[in-house]
Amino acid sequence: MALLEVKNITLRFGGLTAVNNLSFDIEEGSIRSLIGPNGAGKTSVFNCLTGFYKPTQGEILLEGQSIMNKKPHKITAMSMARTFQNLRLFKNLPVLENVMSGMHCRSNAGFLGAVLRTPKQRQEEKRIREVAEECLDFVGILHHKDRIAKNLPYGDQRKVEWARALATQPKLLLLDEPAAGLNYDEKEKLIQLIKRIRDERKITVFLIEHDMGLVMKISEKIFVLDYGQKIAEGTATEVQNNPRVIEAYLGKEEDEELE
Amino acid sequence: MTEKLEACETQPVVRKKTPLQGLSDTVYGIFENKRVRFSFIVLILVLTLLLPQMSSRYTQEVLTNAWFYIVVCLGLNIIVGFAGLLSLGYAAFFAVGAYTTGILSSHYGINFWATLPFSALAAIIAGIVIGGPTLRLRSDYLAIVTLGFGEITRLVVRNLRITGGASGLIGIERPVLFGVTLYQIQHFYYMFFVLAVLAIFVSYRLYDSRLGRAWQYIREDEDAAEAMGINVVSVRLYAFIIGSVFAAIAGSVMAAKMTAISPETFAFMQSIMILLAVVLGGMGKIPGVILGALVMVLFPELSREIGPYRMLIFGVLLLFLMIYRPQGLWPDHRT
Repeated sequence: MALLEVKNITLRFGGLTAVNNLSFDIEEGSIRSLIGPNGAGKTSVFNCLTGFYKPTQGEILLEGQSIMNKKPHKITAMSMARTFQNLRLFKNLPVLENVMSGMHCRSNAGFLGAVLRTPKQRQEEKRIREVAEECLDFVGILHHKDRIAKNLPYGDQRKVEWARALATQPKLLLLDEPAAGLNYDEKEKLIQLIKRIRDERKITVFLIEHDMGLVMKISEKIFVLDYGQKIAEGTATEVQNNPRVIEAYLGKEEDEELE
Repeated sequence: MTEKLEACETQPVVRKKTPLQGLSDTVYGIFENKRVRFSFIVLILVLTLLLPQMSSRYTQEVLTNAWFYIVVCLGLNIIVGFAGLLSLGYAAFFAVGAYTTGILSSHYGINFWATLPFSALAAIIAGIVIGGPTLRLRSDYLAIVTLGFGEITRLVVRNLRITGGASGLIGIERPVLFGVTLYQIQHFYYMFFVLAVLAIFVSYRLYDSRLGRAWQYIREDEDAAEAMGINVVSVRLYAFIIGSVFAAIAGSVMAAKMTAISPETFAFMQSIMILLAVVLGGMGKIPGVILGALVMVLFPELSREIGPYRMLIFGVLLLFLMIYRPQGLWPDHRT
């Protein structure tokens, strides 16, 4: 049984079909990528998986359990975390508190715990802090923990997002264009980080990416999406040589003179 | 060399401050010092405890009102400041508490202290009924629904027999504490003071807790908070209910102090005044809200000599404040 099974999902917005009869599996412990031209529906797929959009048809199973009609916070609690394409940090809060948000679904102190500061609550607070610091250390920005998130350079803000997603202690991590806006150096480090996430933390990674170099280097298997449909699936070289993929990205031969 | 460059890049941007902001930031900066703050708090505590022994009835009456406002403003601050929800009918929750105590005490002769749990329970139920369906929607809807709830509560209370209609409820029993019947202004001065201290304590504890952080996350970015595994609706409902209970308890004690309550005590203006105090002081910042509540009560009293123009002056002052310091007198550093 695969960790994530997507069966024939279709997402329609009125007359527009954003995702059309899409199926794929993600095996535990793998690194998978979803690529496709702009507007192919990649982020819509992510939003379906994480519960922000409700697919019109189909079925999505996480560890054999259906996550259709579940709210995003429930899905996160079921061990699937995500990052956003455009940074969605809690900009005005310190970095550490940003990351601590991920532990919310792994802790349960309520009103009484907060007011009475029970030993159990204090222990939980300590654990939340420790996990958050460990996640910051893992992505390499623990030294920034007390700074306000919006004052960090862009590359480090991305790292805060990854740390925050890791703090939810996921089994499957969805990264929406993690390399967008990063320089060459930062991209190389990102490749190492994604491998470490899989190897050291045993987290399955599924990413959307535009940077072909990066995708080809890390993913064992790639899905290609165009107009909401899966047009190819396979290893990096297989996908690169697939005529339908080339057509989706570059257009057909006879169109070339138009450019 | 590159290290230096990076260090330059990561410097936080220093924004230009107006002279007014600069001055007030310096004043509040002194208070951020732990030692200064601690001695200040001790001084205030001693002064407030001794005050009834050496002041007039009038001063005590005004200050009792101030403590009361601190409690309700801190309650509304949990809803508006912490959770970022706009509530325009807060006085209704305060009416729920006052009338629960009033009805149980004057119709059924139940001891004042025994009515408090019922008052809290009534507020929780009202909070769930109002908040449950509306907190799923955008917060503008909550503002409209609470506005309606405020008016409905006032009209219902005005027309029911059990609430005494337009003339209100009378004959609410005096609370008895350790064999002493509480009836003097001095008694209620202390009672509201204890309530205010309790409200401050609970507010601070909530601010620095898992729940308090969850409210901040939601206020900053609702979708991101949801994606991080926070149940946005239930956490908001939590804030709404806790804030309502604050108001209900304050309302109950108020009913015992007045021994009579009427529907007009809970008019729309009351909700607006409380909201104004919260915004004026600085939403989300506890000392700011306390300051806002004090200004709200004390300014009209202290400026009585100016006569009919005082509300006009107050309005102009508020206008200037909103232009030059829109974040409030003592805003939250984090936002």
